[in-house]
Amino acid sequence: MSEPGAGSDLASVKTRAVPTAQGWTLNGSKIWTTHAQHADYMIALVRTSGSSADRHTGLSQLIVDLKAPGVKIRPITDLTGDQHFCEVFFDDVHLEQDALIGAEGAGWEQVTAELAFERSGPERIYSSVSLLDAWVAHLRSAGRLDGVAAGLVGSFLAQMATLRELSIAVTARLALGESPVLEASLVKDLGTTFEQSIPTLIADDLGSRPDEPIAAELYLTLMYLSQIAPSFSLRGGTREILRGIIARGLGLR
Amino acid sequence: MTDTELLEPFERMLIDVASVSRLREILKGGPVDGVWEPLQESGYLDALLDPAHGGAGLSFAQLGALLQAAGRHLLPVPFGETVIARALLAQAGIPPPRGPMVLITPAAGSGNDRYQQAVPLARVAQYALVEVNGRISLRMLSQAAVRHTDVHGSLAADVDWRCAPEMVAGGRSVQSGMLRAIAAVIRAAEIAGAADQLLRMTVAYAGDRAQFGKPIAKLQAVQQQLAVMAEQVVMARMAAQLGCSSGFPPSLSAVAVAKHICGAAVPRITSIAHAIHGAIGISEEHDLQLYVRTLYECRIAAGSEIYWATVLGADYLKGSCDSTVDFVRGMRQMHLNG
Repeated sequence: MSEPGAGSDLASVKTRAVPTAQGWTLNGSKIWTTHAQHADYMIALVRTSGSSADRHTGLSQLIVDLKAPGVKIRPITDLTGDQHFCEVFFDDVHLEQDALIGAEGAGWEQVTAELAFERSGPERIYSSVSLLDAWVAHLRSAGRLDGVAAGLVGSFLAQMATLRELSIAVTARLALGESPVLEASLVKDLGTTFEQSIPTLIADDLGSRPDEPIAAELYLTLMYLSQIAPSFSLRGGTREILRGIIARGLGLR
Repeated sequence: MTDTELLEPFERMLIDVASVSRLREILKGGPVDGVWEPLQESGYLDALLDPAHGGAGLSFAQLGALLQAAGRHLLPVPFGETVIARALLAQAGIPPPRGPMVLITPAAGSGNDRYQQAVPLARVAQYALVEVNGRISLRMLSQAAVRHTDVHGSLAADVDWRCAPEMVAGGRSVQSGMLRAIAAVIRAAEIAGAADQLLRMTVAYAGDRAQFGKPIAKLQAVQQQLAVMAEQVVMARMAAQLGCSSGFPPSLSAVAVAKHICGAAVPRITSIAHAIHGAIGISEEHDLQLYVRTLYECRIAAGSEIYWATVLGADYLKGSCDSTVDFVRGMRQMHLNG
């Protein structure tokens, strides 16, 4: 979905597919496309009519063969040294007629519905769980089974249990064919806040005991998550956008 | 019976008998009869009792919905506690007395087990169900046993339970600590209900109050704060439901989740409610104070969020499960030992 000039302001996408006698001609670029370098196809939200001034109308979803002539993929190295994201460039890429997903011009409604799936799943709760489990193992081996650390473990468990119930409640509505956009936004903001708190609070605990040795792998996991955690509240809709959706649900906008 | 069919008549009754103006009269020392008698006559006090014994045969989860409603209406009588006490007494073959009851759970052998401090709604209770090391007894709350905390506008009281004459000695044994866990989950559900009502009030106020030529609800900074408040309310509601969904008596882990999440939500919710209401929220005349006082009392009563998180975390650390996800997945079926 994202483009260099269209992040949170998704309606201003400029990548355009022009209808031709044989199908579509695609020009433009996408960014932050996860694992595009390993994928055979991508689904892109592009403009098929009108201009950016038309906002939510005139957008469509097209499936793009990433091996097609005119497609260029450039991986982006992230701040941990990994390459998860890519830029994808389209230069007069030809698409067949059947590349259209759903209805022409209904792209905005379609991605909004899809985002309800993306925003409420377990990946919005469990991103830091490897660190949590490694830290629990550390506490056990250090003999710290009670007190402040136990309180923190209990708090994480209680939040995880409640968030899991909320996520399942949204999933149940998705399974009924509904589009719980508001509820999914709520789960994502709560879930990512939880995921982001884990590396901070575990670093607080471990750092408060400079004489307690920690395993190399635990330290590595902690540093990786500390650096990557800010992305949790960016991907799939930023925290501020989600809170705006919730405010609209409260009747404030 | 659906949950709506269960809840609607209860809420209608609360709107009739437990108005805010009546609550304010009771806080000034007025009688609670106008609230209590309709509740007693309604049959809801025997919600958990088997239909064969004249009860409604509700599940603890269904009672949880009623507890949230009681919180939403700031019901100034110990409804949940009385329902629980009547069920436990009936199970023990003891006919429960008429009148409101609170639950008392002194820490036996702690050296500080004479008073239980700041028991919510104890000023309007007539009886106390006391659990010491798993043994329950019913006591009459004489005036000597109940000491007002002197907190302005509060119905909580310190209870010197040994001063309260024992009516039924040697009641049957329950799991040690069970009464405190039940009290905690009642408070959690009341927090969820009161927080829900406070959100409605705060959203309405933000729409009414105009500054800079427009309702403050149109300011993005205000919208983002109210979104956070709504998230915390939803989190509290789900945790309260989880706490009541593990059967009766509830599992300690489910109680811990409920009281931890609901308690932790309180300061976040009250601080945003106050920020949105501005100076008028500090006045006694405005109803905001009625909600925040109840929320603070419920947060600290029967173990705060840190107490319950420590119970839950210590249990996990002392066990052998090495996957927090597996633990959480199995939580509903899981009962802590002891």
